[in-house]
Amino acid sequence: MGGTGKLSLIGRRLLQAVPSLIGIVIVTFVLTRALPGDPAAYFAGPAADEQSIAEIRTALGLDGSLPEQFWAYVTDLAQGDLGVSISTGRPVVEEIFERLPASLELTLTGLLLAIAIALPLGILAATRPNSWVDHLCRVVVTAGVSLPVFFTGLFFVYVFYFVVDVVPSPIGRLDIFSLAPPRVTGFYLIDSLLVGDFQTFGAAAAQLALPAITMAMFVLAPLARMTRGSMLQVLGSEFIRTANANGLERRTILYTYAFRNALLPILTTLGMVFSFMLGANVLVEKVFAWPGIGSFAVNALVVSDFAAVQGFVLSMAILFVMLNLTIDVLYTLIDPRVGIEG
Amino acid sequence: MSVTPATTRESDAGEWFRHFRYVMAENPVTLIAFCLFLMLLVFAVFGPAITPYDPLASETGNALQPPSWAHWFGTDNLGRDVLSRVIVATRLDLLIAVSAVAISFAIGSVLGSLAGYYGGWTDRVVGRCTDTIMAFPLFVLAMGIVAALGNTVENIVYATAIINLPFYVRVARAEVNVRRHAGFVAAAKLAGNSDARLLMFHLYPNILPPMMVQVSLNLGWAILNAAGLSFIGLGVRPPTPEWGIMVAEGATYIVSGEWWMALFPGAALMLAVFCFNLLGDGLRDLIDPQRRT
Repeated sequence: MGGTGKLSLIGRRLLQAVPSLIGIVIVTFVLTRALPGDPAAYFAGPAADEQSIAEIRTALGLDGSLPEQFWAYVTDLAQGDLGVSISTGRPVVEEIFERLPASLELTLTGLLLAIAIALPLGILAATRPNSWVDHLCRVVVTAGVSLPVFFTGLFFVYVFYFVVDVVPSPIGRLDIFSLAPPRVTGFYLIDSLLVGDFQTFGAAAAQLALPAITMAMFVLAPLARMTRGSMLQVLGSEFIRTANANGLERRTILYTYAFRNALLPILTTLGMVFSFMLGANVLVEKVFAWPGIGSFAVNALVVSDFAAVQGFVLSMAILFVMLNLTIDVLYTLIDPRVGIEG
Repeated sequence: MSVTPATTRESDAGEWFRHFRYVMAENPVTLIAFCLFLMLLVFAVFGPAITPYDPLASETGNALQPPSWAHWFGTDNLGRDVLSRVIVATRLDLLIAVSAVAISFAIGSVLGSLAGYYGGWTDRVVGRCTDTIMAFPLFVLAMGIVAALGNTVENIVYATAIINLPFYVRVARAEVNVRRHAGFVAAAKLAGNSDARLLMFHLYPNILPPMMVQVSLNLGWAILNAAGLSFIGLGVRPPTPEWGIMVAEGATYIVSGEWWMALFPGAALMLAVFCFNLLGDGLRDLIDPQRRT
């Protein structure tokens, strides 16, 4: 029972991502082509001469009609060709793949930290309304949505680097005395553990701490708010009352019954949380000079490196769709109601 | 959802005012937010007239001075008075956010109302467009739009407007949809009103209160987004005082301990966002007491 139902549901969710992907490709195409002025001049950069602009025009197929151009764009995308970055002279795809692990390591560590704090905080706040935990939760939630993430980052740098000096200088993923571990996953924390290099692990963790905490602070608020809200709702429902009336243990009721059901709305907000995080990532990377794709995009913006910026927007959008898909699949797997009906 | 008939509008105003006073008295936080809002307005309108110094005048001999009696917020790396710059920046920051929100409110509420009223393919097309916007991480999309349209303040406004659009469309669509078959709509229809008239004069005014809550909550977010964009060097150009770019300029000096350059504009930004978020919550209490948190 349920196995095939879940599978077909997951299949349907995968199909639902297709229109989003098509929409993303169209929007990025419009952003690159329907520009005021000459796109070839944009791609060639401010320092290009007539000849290189003409070369780029032919290379991009800009002399064809719009549908032809769109087709050329799509085939290039299918082959993983996002153009060449004029600031580094290398293909944009290479640049992005090289920097992606740094950004993912930062984002995921931040997310895990936020979840580790937000879930207990939300549950405690929901089970003890109007206690100090509840008030703390409310303060965190209100402050969290008002804090500009780049400002929190700078504040942390001032306090923990300049005043108390417990973290290394906030530049990059490793201090100058450490060597990057051999690349396996690209996550320094994991790679250094794989070769048993605890010193590098410590150095990488020390560099990661502040930016990750900054990210966590940022997403703590929506997660804690949602956890509290959905726990409150579930705890007020009839099946919990029944469980209480039947004299089940409080722990069983809270974690086995209430939390599993409260988890579903929380998972749904994760989509929005990821949207915020991928944006905040850019700002945090700029503050901490973190060599991820965010700071790559910021540097590209400054020198009008157009192919790089659009490649960045496209890959972030695809990453976001993938993350949303993962959330949807997880939702289907966790939801206790799916499979009973199906 | 309460739908007030138009006949009792006079007494409604009195009722509303009494309710306003009640909410303010009940929730002092909203009152504080309201006062903050007035203060921001004063700074935005009279900013350049009330600053103690010229926000652009640099005095290199007096650079990077910590806060003192002469310079409450200290001076920056070019010897400009940080307090004056923070005050003058209020107008630009609010202007960007308010224009962006106004644009997305105008377009979003109309598109959303049409989608909610007609349903069918109108709904599907509008829904597909908003879904496509939402398929991007919003801040990243804004970066892409500004990069494509060109690096100017107007384009920051357009980008912020576009990424805010889906929220207005969704609220307007949902609010119109639940009222579509309400008694007063049926009555207006029977009285011979056309669809356009019905939407414009009967449904649209009724969705304004929930939309205003959305506006207030959104303003804070729009300010954050615009400041984030200028923090990474988009839109506003350096000598112009703006909170995001001032924090970016201060960022370089924070590792050597000159905290005031980044702290004060950052705090102003935070205060503005905080104010709009609280006002939004307060407005929600005013308009829809049932949805109180």
